[in-house]
Amino acid sequence: MKKIKTARNLEQYRQEIIKKDSKYKKIITVCGGTGCHAYGCQLVKQRFQKELQRNKLLNRVRLKFTGCHGFCERGPIVTIRPENIFYQRVQENDVPEIIKETISKGRVVKRLLYEDSITKEKIVHMEEIPFYKFQKRLVLGQNGLLEPDKIQDYIAVGGYSALVKALKLSSEKIIEIIKNSGLRGRGGAGFPTGRKWEFCREAEGEIKYVICNCDEGDPGAYMDRSLLEGNPHSVIEGMIIGAFAIGAKEGYIYVRHEYPLACRNAQIAINQARQLGLLGKDILGSEFDFDIKIGKGGGAFVCGESTALIASLEGRVGEPRDKQHLHTTESGLWGKPTNINNVETWANVPLIINKGPEWFYRIGTEKSKGTKIFSLVGKVKNTGLVEVPMGMTLREIIFDIGGGTSDGKEFKAVQTGGPSGGCLPAESLDLSVDYEQLSAAGSMMGSGGMIVMDETTCMVDVAKYFLNFLKEESCGKCLPCREGIKRMLEIVTDITEGRGAEDSLALLEELATVVADTSLCGLGKTAPNPVLSTLRYFRNEYENHVRNRKCPAEVCAPLLRYVILADCCKGCGLCMKACPYNAISGRPKEVYTINQDICTKCGSCRSVCKFSAIVIG
Amino acid sequence: MYTRQVERILANYKDNRTALISILQDIQAEFNYLPAEVLKLVAQKLNLKLIDVYSISNFYKSLRLSPQGKHIITICTGTACHVRGTLKVLDEIQSQLGIAPGDTTQDKKFTFNTVNCLGACAIGPVIVVDGKYYGHTNPMKARQILSNLKRKIKQ
Repeated sequence: MKKIKTARNLEQYRQEIIKKDSKYKKIITVCGGTGCHAYGCQLVKQRFQKELQRNKLLNRVRLKFTGCHGFCERGPIVTIRPENIFYQRVQENDVPEIIKETISKGRVVKRLLYEDSITKEKIVHMEEIPFYKFQKRLVLGQNGLLEPDKIQDYIAVGGYSALVKALKLSSEKIIEIIKNSGLRGRGGAGFPTGRKWEFCREAEGEIKYVICNCDEGDPGAYMDRSLLEGNPHSVIEGMIIGAFAIGAKEGYIYVRHEYPLACRNAQIAINQARQLGLLGKDILGSEFDFDIKIGKGGGAFVCGESTALIASLEGRVGEPRDKQHLHTTESGLWGKPTNINNVETWANVPLIINKGPEWFYRIGTEKSKGTKIFSLVGKVKNTGLVEVPMGMTLREIIFDIGGGTSDGKEFKAVQTGGPSGGCLPAESLDLSVDYEQLSAAGSMMGSGGMIVMDETTCMVDVAKYFLNFLKEESCGKCLPCREGIKRMLEIVTDITEGRGAEDSLALLEELATVVADTSLCGLGKTAPNPVLSTLRYFRNEYENHVRNRKCPAEVCAPLLRYVILADCCKGCGLCMKACPYNAISGRPKEVYTINQDICTKCGSCRSVCKFSAIVIG
Repeated sequence: MYTRQVERILANYKDNRTALISILQDIQAEFNYLPAEVLKLVAQKLNLKLIDVYSISNFYKSLRLSPQGKHIITICTGTACHVRGTLKVLDEIQSQLGIAPGDTTQDKKFTFNTVNCLGACAIGPVIVVDGKYYGHTNPMKARQILSNLKRKIKQ
């Protein structure tokens, strides 16, 4: 690759790539996201490669192994462009038929199409599938169009044109554009991005840093991973623009070590951008120097907090410090002014520069602009990554896009904001999703996890789950968080194991308030949210556990007792075979019994009984 | 016995102590875990106190102070997997292997780990056995997966 020295050269290079690509009459994309990987998309891709070669189609058909397409429930996903035909659950053996029918004859393979769950109609095109139809995929949309390890693909779709534009502007002008767009941090807290940039720019000091936070620790959230894996250049382009505006010469991408593919793709992207001269000295002849390094996290949730992240980058234990009096924009990495933004925030920057702040400002609600990516997971039919304009209601996201709960069970709650967020009940479904509304309801936007729960989810158990998570992840520096979470967990555990007392709930509330008020960093301050929000909306469930020693959702094992109904049992013996602990005994054609001393309440027996003879007594 | 390899890794980072986490990750990749002697060696070479190196090794989950078994079984305990019944699967694996999460069997054959989230929420509850993903698991499926693995080892 030759270095690109001017904006004109970049444009020429873009035209060259487009011209070269025009020989391809068709493009096959195979989704290489995490979900599809687990389904075996690697084999599908290899088979396509082999079959295209065998049929001598490689110079007419381009095979792209892309980032996440979002609809993980239906993976492995294959699309055929330019028609945008959407094939789902594609297996290796389906490949020859796709080549023979769709690629060679232009015919659709019906059995691989998505079937609408209500109308039973087969849907051919991606954009007509309800899961995609209601989304606005501004940031995530390019994922399906490009191979993340080919910078040419990104340049072909207009990549780095925002950088060209930005380099012609003054720093003040760029910051003004970002401020006017109304962009707010996508990592959780929602601080106005333009203002943060301005603080950092105005901070005193010659050396400044920009950091991309990809320490995505929220369990159930994988938006940032998919973005950095699937479209790393959009993040890098955003960072270069930000660094130019702020006056930083060095940047870091901080990635969780659990995301090896994101590390790899980001490193490849950085190397390619360097080779082309888009990173390094005198970028596009602007006399602006900037380069990016990757810092790998060590697997600690607290390192998503900005000061802990900085400690980790400096090679220290990831403990946060008080930042109320000294912001990272004044004193961050190695004591220098540092601007940290989340992956999704950075990826929005090139879009805003290209399309203008007014365009961005028009999308969303009064105070929350643009789109937000959510990972819609849990007990929902269409699991995956969805990008929607701010202000869409939870109902639209969960039911119109997500297709409602899986197995047709009754919706109970949706959890947003990860361990810092809260659980919202069915009455909140018409809430429009923006920073303020979610906070007012006792949850928060967070980085974008959205976990759907149905009638079989116990809300006390969910609170226990998050407390247990936070107990493990609390760094231990400040007492309220270290001890408070532990004590809250003890109380909630007692409740789920039948030892709850009448005053447990009041004590829990009091403790939660103290932890929220007195903890040092965001982890501790928000740690009580899962408890407080479940107490607020699902208090009767707690009371049922405490007073009646019952778990209505049938989750808390110590409160359950599996019994076999003599009237219904046909003596088939399936339950006995299914029990992993040999807790069931009996003879064929007679009524079987469960030994309560051995039973672990795993439910295996009930799931196999054909006569509904096993119930919770 | 570790000196040569450790020196080579340190040289990659130009003896830069701020890269300590990456250095320890690289060393771990070489030795499977972080032996006590190696921690002492790193502290000495980088002119750090042993407690500084130890506290890092102890704080970050990706760093291990004891060796892993030959086969690694990981279960995702993310929220999406949790609401779909991970705990029951975890209990089953625990009783099958006879070890708690984070431990290795005495014969050093199996290590059982939990992970906060794998980002494969669509197919939860997820188990990963030696890098291979198993989705939509339940206690019975887990038992099968483990007995298949044990049978394969015997062969």
